[in-house]
Amino acid sequence: MTTPGLRDFVLEAPTGEEPAEDLPAAAFAALSQAFTLTAQAGASLGGVRRRTWLDTFDWRLYRAGLMLEFEQARQGGRLLLSQADGTPQAEQPVTGWPPRRPALDLPPGPVRDRIMVLIRPRALLPIVRASSTVSVTRLLNADGKTVARLVAEHITVTAVAASPTAASPTAAGTAELPLRLTITEVRGYPGQARRASTLLAGVPGVSSASQGVFTAALTALGRHPADYTSGVDAEVTASMPASVAVARLLLRLLDTLKQNVDGVLRDIDTEFLHDLRVAVRRSRSAIKLLGEVLPADLAGHYAAEFKWLGDLTTPTRDLDVHLLGFDSMTAQLVAASPADLEPLRAFLVRRRAREFRRLAAALRGPRFRAITDDWRKVLLEIRDTGASPRRRREPPAAELALRTTERAFRRIAAHGAAITADSPPESLHDLRKRAKELRYLLEFFASLHDPVAYRKVVGELKSLQDCLGDFQDSQVQREEIHTLADAMLAERAAPAATLLAMGEIAAKLTLSQTEARADFARRFARFAGPAGQERIRVLLEGRP
Amino acid sequence: MKIFATYNIKGGVGKTTAAVNLAYLSAADGYRTLLWDLDPQGAASFLFRIKPRVKGGGKALIRGTKALDDAIKGTDFDHLDLIPADFTYRNMDLLLGGANGKPTRKLAQLLRPLAAEYDHVFLDCPPSISLVSENVMHAADVLLIPVIPTTLSVRTLDQLTEFVAGFNGRRPEVRAFFSMVDRRKKLHQEIVRDLAAERSGVAATSIPSLSMIERMSVERAPVTAFAPSSVAARAYRALWSEISKDF
Repeated sequence: MTTPGLRDFVLEAPTGEEPAEDLPAAAFAALSQAFTLTAQAGASLGGVRRRTWLDTFDWRLYRAGLMLEFEQARQGGRLLLSQADGTPQAEQPVTGWPPRRPALDLPPGPVRDRIMVLIRPRALLPIVRASSTVSVTRLLNADGKTVARLVAEHITVTAVAASPTAASPTAAGTAELPLRLTITEVRGYPGQARRASTLLAGVPGVSSASQGVFTAALTALGRHPADYTSGVDAEVTASMPASVAVARLLLRLLDTLKQNVDGVLRDIDTEFLHDLRVAVRRSRSAIKLLGEVLPADLAGHYAAEFKWLGDLTTPTRDLDVHLLGFDSMTAQLVAASPADLEPLRAFLVRRRAREFRRLAAALRGPRFRAITDDWRKVLLEIRDTGASPRRRREPPAAELALRTTERAFRRIAAHGAAITADSPPESLHDLRKRAKELRYLLEFFASLHDPVAYRKVVGELKSLQDCLGDFQDSQVQREEIHTLADAMLAERAAPAATLLAMGEIAAKLTLSQTEARADFARRFARFAGPAGQERIRVLLEGRP
Repeated sequence: MKIFATYNIKGGVGKTTAAVNLAYLSAADGYRTLLWDLDPQGAASFLFRIKPRVKGGGKALIRGTKALDDAIKGTDFDHLDLIPADFTYRNMDLLLGGANGKPTRKLAQLLRPLAAEYDHVFLDCPPSISLVSENVMHAADVLLIPVIPTTLSVRTLDQLTEFVAGFNGRRPEVRAFFSMVDRRKKLHQEIVRDLAAERSGVAATSIPSLSMIERMSVERAPVTAFAPSSVAARAYRALWSEISKDF
């Protein structure tokens, strides 16, 4: 049995025009000093090797320092999970792979056990495919025993998913990697493999592989790992004209929005729509809170257009949320059985299919195209005329950031202070919106703030938002359960057991809403009380 | 993990050639296979071109100062590993007798940690009836007994079957097969025919006496690997398919 490669080498032609085929010959000559070399025919290692690397659209495995590889066999194949440096983590055989649609789940096994918690609810997308011709040479000792193997691999790589960062011309296509040589150890003969590695390393033109095949493939194909993030990381500086900063922010949000359209239309996983909606919401907040620096009429027009877009996506997203949380919802049932809720699940799935068709049609339609194309044109114009003398007279981005952030904080403080135990739920819903606006403002201008002060303010704000979110979500979901029950009755799709189980869920939601309400005063005081005011002062004034 | 042991009190009956070829065929079927050459003569190790030497000798293995795992060597074939013989194995009876725990269960205990790593283990035992063979019988799930078709060999098989039947608790399955069968000898033909009809636990496949099998020591490889379409290789394949189907 062979163990994984001890060391990978990459054979590269030195900077002359030396023909590459001389290099393997030189490698063979070096190894012949210590071993007898013989070609290995029909071994499991030899022949054509097909591999695909997979990750989620937002690179969750890569960000967790992991790589997932599918190695195709005649029937099915195996999934290999390794650390970024190639150290194996888990392995499992799979049949019926690769699936026709990107996989949302895997068959049970150790790889699934390791990664589902990281990737759920995202789908695994093929990122790079590699097809290689492998030849194996056995290294024999004086007894004619195989004590190590030299595996030579000619690898051709193909980009599967085009880079989300728009039109980089090298982002798709095919590339050849330099010849890759690996010495593999035969169990019980580690010294011989080390010896072979040392001999190979001494051959001019052979260098130790600095990258694994996946990383080398990404480099060769012009793709950068983690080239998608749903965060706002626009390049904004304190001194740039405010309108330029806002245009940059909005362009970044538009990019995120556009990057997710294809995944939404192909219905790959629910998070494409989620990220698209967040980009829309952020754009709306930016237009509302920062739109004063944009040319007149522009803000008004696009505020309406983005509202249309946001509303368009709401029904599908609401149903996604119901379906994503369905199992944890049924797990809470005490009186009813999870099976009682299955008619509800079927009903939600049918509704979602209907709503999704409507959403997809709109996203393919002229109004959506007009919004995104025209919006980009206007924003680019603003961004690129930033150096004009008129713009240079504008207040700088830092001033806009401080003014709007302070205003948003003040509004929350005043609004929240007016909330008493008797206030209607709407007052808390309204406060939630204001809190979200402050959060977005902080994120938009994150690069202008002191990171420590920023983390402190955001931490407390997040705690308040979570509480307000729990309160509102519980209420909205309870109301939705009622609406769904009505709709199911109207369609005669609701057995009594299902309605009873839905009643139990509604009762649970009331309970969690009450809990969130009880927690509100404490969290608000932490955020907006004297300590909170001091935190925001430190943030805005930039000094303790 | 299924443990097979090729065993006979007599020497020179085709134990090692059977162990080597069956282990090779098991590995070729994709099973992760380990062959332990327990015979101090080291014939199985020789056939795989592996030096008959274990660091620290049998003593270190039996006493557990060296893990069995560290003694394992990869053969030239996929999925097939070997624990080499060592000349100190000639004293294994003494070592087993001096070990902690039940002296007849020591080998079974040593093999247990390898269960996750291997599907099949083959034990190639030295001829004799001793504490080593008793250990092998307790460790094995299946005892593969090569029998030369002579009256005396058949008597030995009876004795062995009786001996195993007397075990308390878990007993290995006993599967005999005829080995070194010379079709030109009338007695061989008669015994093969009669015994297979009279007794259960005798494989339908016989391994003929062939010079190709002897060639293994020249080629230093299983005949099933270097001459896969030979009569000898076909016989071992038939035997393996019979055994792997039943166990």
